[in-house]
Amino acid sequence: MEYSYKQNIGKYARYNAVFILLIVAYIALTIWNINSGSVDISIRDICKIIFTGEGEPISYNIIWKIRLPRILTAGLLGGALALAGFLLQTFFNNPIAGPFVLGISSGAKLFVAVVMIVILKYAGTISSLSMVGAAFLGSLISMGFVLLAARKVRQMPMLLVTGIMISYICSAITEFLITFAKDSDIVNLHNWSQGSFSGMDWDSVWVCTVIVGIATLTVFLLSKPIGAYQMGESYAQSMGLNIKTFRVVLILLSSLLAGCVTAFAGPISFVGIAVPHLIKLSLNTSKPIIVIPAAFLGGGVFCLFCDYIARTVFSPVELSISTVTAMFGAPIVIVMLIRRQGQR
Amino acid sequence: MDKNCYYFHTKDLSVGYKGKPLIRDISIGLHKGEILTLIGPNGSGKSTILKSITKHLQAIAGDSFVEEISVKSLSYKELSKKMAVVLTERLRPEMMSCRDIVSTGRYPYTGTMGILSEEDKKIVDEALQKVHGEDLSDRDFLSISDGQKQRILLARAICQKPEIIILDEPTSFLDIKHKLELLTILRQMAKDENITVIMSLHEIDLAQKISDKIMCVKGEMIENFGTPKEIFTKEIITSLYEIEEGAYNISFGSVELPKPVGEAKTFVISSCGSGIEVFRHLQKEKIPFYCGIIYENDLDYSVAVSLATEVVTATPFEEITDEQYARAIKLIDLCDHVIKTDFPIGKSNKRIEDLVKYAEMKDILECR
Repeated sequence: MEYSYKQNIGKYARYNAVFILLIVAYIALTIWNINSGSVDISIRDICKIIFTGEGEPISYNIIWKIRLPRILTAGLLGGALALAGFLLQTFFNNPIAGPFVLGISSGAKLFVAVVMIVILKYAGTISSLSMVGAAFLGSLISMGFVLLAARKVRQMPMLLVTGIMISYICSAITEFLITFAKDSDIVNLHNWSQGSFSGMDWDSVWVCTVIVGIATLTVFLLSKPIGAYQMGESYAQSMGLNIKTFRVVLILLSSLLAGCVTAFAGPISFVGIAVPHLIKLSLNTSKPIIVIPAAFLGGGVFCLFCDYIARTVFSPVELSISTVTAMFGAPIVIVMLIRRQGQR
Repeated sequence: MDKNCYYFHTKDLSVGYKGKPLIRDISIGLHKGEILTLIGPNGSGKSTILKSITKHLQAIAGDSFVEEISVKSLSYKELSKKMAVVLTERLRPEMMSCRDIVSTGRYPYTGTMGILSEEDKKIVDEALQKVHGEDLSDRDFLSISDGQKQRILLARAICQKPEIIILDEPTSFLDIKHKLELLTILRQMAKDENITVIMSLHEIDLAQKISDKIMCVKGEMIENFGTPKEIFTKEIITSLYEIEEGAYNISFGSVELPKPVGEAKTFVISSCGSGIEVFRHLQKEKIPFYCGIIYENDLDYSVAVSLATEVVTATPFEEITDEQYARAIKLIDLCDHVIKTDFPIGKSNKRIEDLVKYAEMKDILECR
């Protein structure tokens, strides 16, 4: 009994340590990000601009109109991506499922591109919400194809290959559309289709906050059934979970989260796989009630860090965010796969 | 029998896949605390029946009832407080300790966020104790052996505080020690806590020993359902598994490999169990043999009947008759080898001595 008690203390100490670390990293990266960029602004000025709203107009605009919205969305969308990955991994009961590899991000990308080109042509302006709507629809349709394939192919590797193929098809069509789009649209679209947090405004921040906030809260409140689902569908059902409804909920939530990210920042690779894995590993548990908030924070930290690199390393040239996330995320995924093979 | 006194019963239950019935009109009844075991060849539909009872598969027709409440009418949530399962599918949870796995059994009882109360934790502890799994509590589920996993999954089911536990082949992959351990726990639960157990087993000898009721699953209809005494007869078991007549040994509940074919040239004189080893050896070497004179209550008897080309038998507690003796001599005359094992010879089986002498005289005797 005493042994178990000690173990418990160790467990909770570990959870606390991980959460504290994540929160500190989140805040530190936010501050660090505000403080860095191609234009140098002193910390004193930054504090003055943020807290009093006074300062040089140029610095003021850089902080308020460029850096802050970008940082806030990077944090939020990173979290959303990690959660989407976690949900898909739970759904497919496979650790390498994620919005990017399953072609869901690319489906969203295609739909957003179509909507952007069509609406920009006829209406001239486009609202964030309609972009999210298009991305959500695209995610759902891609997911639909993956699920159709999942009914035929039982083995996960085949399913992933299907996802990657869907992803290629969607990307090809998107590239095709971009090539024939009007010049002025192309610059915009090209940046976005490679994945980037640049060009965020406060409108995006609010839409992101509302959508990601609601979705994240819902996912967190579903911790209990997600935990049951991790035991496999048959066991989950025998515990009283209505599998059919829950499956739909999982699909909708993961598509909404992945779609929202794609609508604003384009397709971003590897965050959805690497972050949940790292989080589970550091917490040494896969209990959703702990992993969900940690993965959300972790995704934010990961994306803030990667965005920092994307912005600053070759400044003023900016890397696409996927380049950086792949650089850090892909090795993690490879190590994870090798470790797993070793366990068998 | 009065249906109302049953705790669990099925009524004209037809099960199968995609609307096609595999097994039709299953109507059986169980009392509370009874153990029902489904036996039958591979692919006969044991799992299908179990899955239909647990509502993992939709019943094609008919229904199951728990205390007269139709299982169909229950929601999954309501059902989960009555029925728990241990499934065959391999569970591969990530980074979950055995205690975590067992705790999931409390799912139907915890609140919205699934946080365990002190009471829940106590129940988890008790369940772990029942399966002797306290030491496994903090181990990673993936790192323990199959036998341990099965016990942990049983603890998980116990945690769910069910009235019925359904287990699909719980003893597959287990060695004999763990098989016995698991079945002992089940028996205990059924007896002490009045939990009804429905399961499928491949080991018919164990099924016979642990069950109160047996259901034979083969073909479109359930033809045999009853107590082990009613079911474990030569006729039912040999036809159920389509094994050769005589291969199934009722008194031991075990099976023998097919008897050697051909003309027998060997005669075995044995008794008191000393012949079993010889019979099995001859079977392995594919040497057909005669055997005698064995009393019908002798340990050697049932194995000899399964393996020997012909057995000369004697009525228990009687002296060997002339007729039996003459038959044995006749068979020895056909042989060029007689094996005699070591066993006591007393008043009633005195004539065995004469048989041995006869063989010795013919110079074909081998004593073991």
